[in-house]
Amino acid sequence: MGGAAGVGPAFELVDVVEERGGSRVLDGVSVTLPAGGITAVMGPSGAGKTSLLRLLNRLDDPSSGEVRFLGRPVRDYPVRELRCAVGFVFQTPVMFPGTVADNLRRAVELSPSGAAAGAAAGWIERLLEAVELDGDYGARDADRLSGGEKQRVALARALATGPQVLLLDEPTSALDPEVAERLLATVSRLNAERGHTVVMVTHRLAEARQHSAFAVMLEAGRVVESGATTELFERPRQARTRAYLSSAG
Amino acid sequence: MTLGPGLTLLAQAGAGAGAGAGAGTPPVDVSWVELGLAAGLVLVAMGVSSWQRLGLTRGFAVGAVRAVVQLLGVGYVLVYLFAANRWWLVLLALLVMLAAATKTSTDRVKERRRTIVPIAGVAMLVGAGVTLAYVDAIVLRPGEWYDPRYLVPIFGMIAGNAMNGAALAAERLQSEMEARRGEVEAYLALGAAPARASAEPVRRALTAALIPSVNGLAVVGLVALPGMMTGQILAGSSPLLAVRYQIVVAFMLAGAVAITSAIVVLWYRRTFFTAAEQLVARGPG
Repeated sequence: MGGAAGVGPAFELVDVVEERGGSRVLDGVSVTLPAGGITAVMGPSGAGKTSLLRLLNRLDDPSSGEVRFLGRPVRDYPVRELRCAVGFVFQTPVMFPGTVADNLRRAVELSPSGAAAGAAAGWIERLLEAVELDGDYGARDADRLSGGEKQRVALARALATGPQVLLLDEPTSALDPEVAERLLATVSRLNAERGHTVVMVTHRLAEARQHSAFAVMLEAGRVVESGATTELFERPRQARTRAYLSSAG
Repeated sequence: MTLGPGLTLLAQAGAGAGAGAGAGTPPVDVSWVELGLAAGLVLVAMGVSSWQRLGLTRGFAVGAVRAVVQLLGVGYVLVYLFAANRWWLVLLALLVMLAAATKTSTDRVKERRRTIVPIAGVAMLVGAGVTLAYVDAIVLRPGEWYDPRYLVPIFGMIAGNAMNGAALAAERLQSEMEARRGEVEAYLALGAAPARASAEPVRRALTAALIPSVNGLAVVGLVALPGMMTGQILAGSSPLLAVRYQIVVAFMLAGAVAITSAIVVLWYRRTFFTAAEQLVARGPG
């Protein structure tokens, strides 16, 4: 189980609408995501899960409504600082050309404290250790790694900018169950040890149930239900949540 | 390197004057009858096409007629421009050439045409304009800065090459930004500026645009004698003088392509990002 959710919100979405190609992918979403814990965003395909996640570090902006991070509208933050503070791991990890160490170096150069971090001895090994990869991975060609290894490098790369939040967009969807479980165990440990807020999109209910403290159920661009994961799974208030949990579970 | 004597030669060759200078003999005149005899060579090509049933016979015929009409038309325009010798007429001709080059360079770009046309036009105006001004004012220095015998053929060469550079740069940047969309967005998500995020697509697009210039410099004179140099030699100019002109041309084409391609790539790159440093949705105008 992930660490307990903190008391203050990390993100607040207020009546958020996002239109794309003439249709609403998010339709009046209002939800609060707690700081300090792991939040799972669940729902069927096309529910708007990834669209919601992309708003949190401004890879996209909503058509209307407001997204707040630590009480301030995300638009009020310098966008590059926001993205360093709110790391994003994509569904399909994209490796930059070169070695794993090259990937980490490029990320750390982008962080506000990049020069200092890069000057500290052994920082690459420490980052790799944080995502449970041996230090000798630094010299390996990043593009020749397995899917699970690439996802760990992507996680390390996101950690390299010193984020307070990690956004994970279905990080295990391309991984076999055993590799997926090990990756999420790493995420849970990082959350417990470092106190990162984690927002994770997933369509695997078992993952959400085991690793998250808070859950949001989305359907057709709207929030159906949100709350403590245990409550949502054991005593769902909405019939559509019950239907989804029974069909997907 | 002074090119003073060569200016006279270029002027005479451009006007079709019979009197050459320097080491050569006067150029051989080509009468209408002799031009007709040259058409026999096109008939050979048409014969090969018919013999092998290539379906190109009509294409050769139409192409030959078009070539004659177009070149005669250009010839008469040039005769008029040279005779009028007015700066504004020369600049007007250069602008028409630039517009045609802009249209041709952007015809090959299928997407985002509304975005790329003004970018290519301005890039070629700056790239070709700066190069022409440099060559005109600093290298060649003709008696009148607007002398059409120099400006028109030189600008034609510059604009043609800048056009190819602009088209290659735009096409390649478009395809690289599409193919590397995930990589670019991964950089943005880490807090990278758009310039850093798109550095690799930009590098590849510029390389693609400049490779022909590099190759051109490497093989000039070895694989084929360039057209301008050949023309000067046929007009009776000393080969060594023609070579000096050709070197100037090779250098100015490299400069024009580099300036034009850099402007196209760096400006076009900006259109892939929003003010909030997000990738724009696919397929905007």
